[in-house]
Amino acid sequence: MTDETQARPNRWKRFSDWDERPLRLDKFAAEDAASGFSAFKSPFDPKPGLSLGDGVVESMDGIAVRDFDMIDVFIARYHLDPEIAPEAMAMPSLEVARMLVDMNVPRKTLVRLAHGMTPAKLADVVSHLSSLEIAFAYSKMRARQTPGNQAHVTNAKDDPLQMAADAATAVALGFDEIETTMRVARNSWSNAVACAVGAAVGRWGALFQCSSEEAEELKIGMAGFTSYAETVSVYGTEKSFIDGDDTPWSKAFLAAAYASRGIKMRCTSGAGSELLMGFHDRKSLLYLEARCLCLQRAMGVQGTQNGGIDGAPVTCTVPGGMRELMAENLIAVWLDLECASGNDARATESEIRVGAKILPYLIAGSDLICSGFGSILKYDNSFNASLLNGEELEDYLVLQRDFEADGGLTPVGETRVMELRSRAVDAISAVLEELRLAKPTADMKLSVVAASGSDETRTFSGRDVALISEAIYDRSITVIDVIKALAARGFTEEAENLLKLVRLRVSGDYLQTSAVVRDGRIVSAVNNPNDYQGPGTGYRLTEERRDEIVAIRDVLTRQEVLRVEAAFRPGEVNRVAYRPTGPAAATHNPKEVVIGISPAFGLKLFQTVAGHPLSAILRVLIGGITEGGCTARVVRMRHTADTSFLGLSAARLAGSGIGIGIQAKGTAVIHQKDRLPHNNLELFSNSPITKVEHYKRMGLNAAAYALGEMPEPVIVPTRGEAMGSRYHARVSLIYAIETEMTSEGAEPEEIDVMFLGAAA
Amino acid sequence: MTGKPLTVADYPLAENRPDVVETKAGKKLDDITLDGVLSDRVSLEDLRITDRALRQQAEISTAAGRPTLAANFERGAELVDVPQDVIMRIYELLRPGRASSKDELLAAARELRETYGAEGVAAFIEEAADVYERRSLYKKRF
Repeated sequence: MTDETQARPNRWKRFSDWDERPLRLDKFAAEDAASGFSAFKSPFDPKPGLSLGDGVVESMDGIAVRDFDMIDVFIARYHLDPEIAPEAMAMPSLEVARMLVDMNVPRKTLVRLAHGMTPAKLADVVSHLSSLEIAFAYSKMRARQTPGNQAHVTNAKDDPLQMAADAATAVALGFDEIETTMRVARNSWSNAVACAVGAAVGRWGALFQCSSEEAEELKIGMAGFTSYAETVSVYGTEKSFIDGDDTPWSKAFLAAAYASRGIKMRCTSGAGSELLMGFHDRKSLLYLEARCLCLQRAMGVQGTQNGGIDGAPVTCTVPGGMRELMAENLIAVWLDLECASGNDARATESEIRVGAKILPYLIAGSDLICSGFGSILKYDNSFNASLLNGEELEDYLVLQRDFEADGGLTPVGETRVMELRSRAVDAISAVLEELRLAKPTADMKLSVVAASGSDETRTFSGRDVALISEAIYDRSITVIDVIKALAARGFTEEAENLLKLVRLRVSGDYLQTSAVVRDGRIVSAVNNPNDYQGPGTGYRLTEERRDEIVAIRDVLTRQEVLRVEAAFRPGEVNRVAYRPTGPAAATHNPKEVVIGISPAFGLKLFQTVAGHPLSAILRVLIGGITEGGCTARVVRMRHTADTSFLGLSAARLAGSGIGIGIQAKGTAVIHQKDRLPHNNLELFSNSPITKVEHYKRMGLNAAAYALGEMPEPVIVPTRGEAMGSRYHARVSLIYAIETEMTSEGAEPEEIDVMFLGAAA
Repeated sequence: MTGKPLTVADYPLAENRPDVVETKAGKKLDDITLDGVLSDRVSLEDLRITDRALRQQAEISTAAGRPTLAANFERGAELVDVPQDVIMRIYELLRPGRASSKDELLAAARELRETYGAEGVAAFIEEAADVYERRSLYKKRF
């Protein structure tokens, strides 16, 4: 090989940079309908169609009755309304798609039509919509007007103390539903009791479920610990359904069984499940999902957990995958089902894709935006990490604030959270002791209250938890025993709260579509129907709710900025004195550089944004100029606070024609008297990262320019920090203090600067 | 059910029509208090839904334009008094490959109809029995 070929690079290094980003941990799949990797359309999807004879279905989506599989039978018999079907099926799909995004077409009209449409027709209609249109239609079509959210509360140790503390925290954050599951199946009873108790702390009304094996889950519900179920899965192909060990009839029977026990229930389905189970029939993800959703309405469940769910990650590997997840959710609400809209299984390692995934739901609203949101840390999530987790919860709170969108959550202050966590841990401990299940130590309790995750807890062993759980089951402990235990130990409020939740069963109001409990009242699609018909209708933030959403922690105020500055004042007063000596005039000293300081410099503001005392900055600027062979004169400008004009005015006063302008926040410029205001010689615009040594070199360079030399410009290196997001709120408040002190035509003032004592 | 069917305006019953809400033992919502629990006047049985409540909710679902949900509540109403173990046994039997023949499902339907008066659910299971036969679900699974 020649030197030339050896030296020739074979790769743009940017690709290597990209290789290192979290995004590249995601694997993407080629579109391949025959292998089931097609989001919206597969050549193997049927054409929409329906023929009725005497009001009875003869064929549906190209399949004759005699060839119907179980799913077709169930949909044809229980979903399709023969009164509506001929009209609905005859409408052009594009026209219906336009109706979905037409604010003047009421939701009711569209829901009626959906009840006469086959799965292929529903899929065909929504496939005409762009992502934006889907989000908009979703916002219009979702059943309950007020949006909500659901949390996962689990931990890696199945620790009941942490379960209770985290449940109470989730309730305080505003989650309408809490879902738990466990690492070890036999711990389900312990989890259920702990979450039920924790969710009764602070307020009542958060519905709670314990995801476990079907029969076990129903038993836990019967004992009164849980109030809803959602892991009743359905699938879009018959073979998947059978592999999932159920049929439409067995699942519908289970749905009726839940109703008979007064437990709210929704089914689960999502794109990609058939693909993962190996029986996709070469159909598109959306078509299979449309079948699942028609089936769920046919079964008579009030709602669905839908939007990929466990299949979301594989769905997001195909082109249009995220759009498909939105489209299936749209079909769900169009069919008039409550929609717990996925956004749970973490479909990507890219935080950008996470944010993009959640945004349409946040601004469109959803019955339960996530199903659920990992309110605990990722490693504690026994369902596996969610799209959003304890780590990112504050990001979500800020997104609510950014978009003034109700994502169902409310920021909670640190003190309140600690009170609630302590109370929850005390309450579950009291129950465990009172029912002779366990005796948590003070150390265990304290470690849990403060713990962000189970890595930090010193608590029960896995064996302890299994014994607690088995004892609850063996001794047939019910919610009544738990309520009594709480009351016996003085947790009257929690006992009342838990009783109120179980009492919901008596009337069954919360079994209706999209029911949640808000402020002690049932809110559902029946009494809070989505009436969106354009601006001014539908869900709107009330002023009160907006106040809650915007109240995130650590918000800067003008008072806070002034307080911080005032705290800096005493130190600076001991380091420097600025003595005005009268109006400043131009001189003819060719070696003189003027430093123009801003109006509030050293008077109201005392440090740069980087935290350097202004005395130190002024000392090195003067030092640099002097060292460079010139003399420095300090002038306070009072007509402007703008860096460029501070510098230009200083330059015009300087005998050398070279001036430095500096604001109190640390932004500085070297100017020359004949230049245009914004065409300076050197500028330090990123004051937060400008170091004292940079100002020293600025002084040296100013002297060099004064002597007619061409120095190497001083560059303040940036690593791409988001300066604006980090500093602009504070900078704007600080700068306002400067501009307030300016007055039109006020003359520059000569300042005698005296440094006192040692440098800061 | 007597009188006019309930409507959307009656909902939520616990708030708007507490007069029509009662437990199997005839207790009203206001009777279900913490004091009642602590003095054993309220038991877990009082915290169960009744078939009447489910039929009331079915009326509301129908009025709200949700006939399939109403049908599920009707089926639920029929199952309220069916013991847990019977429910779980029949659920298990409905799962694919559990019943070795149509007769087993038909027997389950008969049991529900004759013992518990669950006419609608029985018919539903009979329907399943037909479909399972046509789709060969009685084959042995491993």
